[in-house]
Amino acid sequence: MKKKIYYSILFLFFIFIFSVFYLGLDKPNSYTPNEYSNKNLETFTSKELFLNDEFNSNDIIENNQFTLVNIWASWCAPCRSEHSLLMGLKEKTNINIIGLNYKDKKNNAIKFLNELGNPFEKILTDPDGTISIALGAYGVPETFLVNSKSKIIRKYIGPLKTENILEITKIIK
Amino acid sequence: MIKLIKIILLILIFTLSFQKILYANNNYLLVNKISKNLRCLICQGQSVYDSQSDFALSIKILIKNKIEEGKSEKQIYDYLKNQYGEWIVYDPEFNKKNIVLWIFPLILFTFGGLLIYRKVFIK
Repeated sequence: MKKKIYYSILFLFFIFIFSVFYLGLDKPNSYTPNEYSNKNLETFTSKELFLNDEFNSNDIIENNQFTLVNIWASWCAPCRSEHSLLMGLKEKTNINIIGLNYKDKKNNAIKFLNELGNPFEKILTDPDGTISIALGAYGVPETFLVNSKSKIIRKYIGPLKTENILEITKIIK
Repeated sequence: MIKLIKIILLILIFTLSFQKILYANNNYLLVNKISKNLRCLICQGQSVYDSQSDFALSIKILIKNKIEEGKSEKQIYDYLKNQYGEWIVYDPEFNKKNIVLWIFPLILFTFGGLLIYRKVFIK
């Protein structure tokens, strides 16, 4: 009788270990960032690219129902590919877009905009990348859709795709 | 007299500059320590300390800035956890999700201990 209890406990124990590892197998082991966070975007103050004076992101975010914050750099190839989508979005919906110029040279950034157009309301600079880290970004390009209270409604990691643009247009309508 | 003042001034400058080096060195060590405990999220298998990616370099600058602001080590970890989630730190938190991870070795030890006890002392 005692042996029976002992063996059944042992059996249950192994079943438990097996199920823990089996369930663990199913989980993706690479890090997947959460795209629908309920967090607020930190406000940031930085130099404007063209005007060279300090500017606070909240000045634009507070006064608009929705704002798009786009992290970009002239040296980043995916930014180049998503730029036409941003231009199209700006034309169609007139949404305010704040650009955050990530670890870039001023001349290169201006050249990039002259070549491909400027969809941004204001462009703030992030020369050492610390603002992007404070926003919780992983790199360039990255885009946040926030409401007037700075709440992040959508976060797009990597270049924007056409379906993302459609989604944004739907949300802000 | 002037010579004496000069010497005193020289010593003062010397000690002050030396102190600054020591202080800066201290910060540098703390940045290294913190960044060794952080996972580089875009280069898996590397710590922020090891990585030379833009992401890791920016985090290192941010840590340095936070230390200069007077933030403690724990405050910096909490700040980054809030931005990027628990995954960024190597040390898993003790919470509901991780309970098996923390309790399991203890169970195993007790169980194994009991087995040994039975084998050695009983019979």
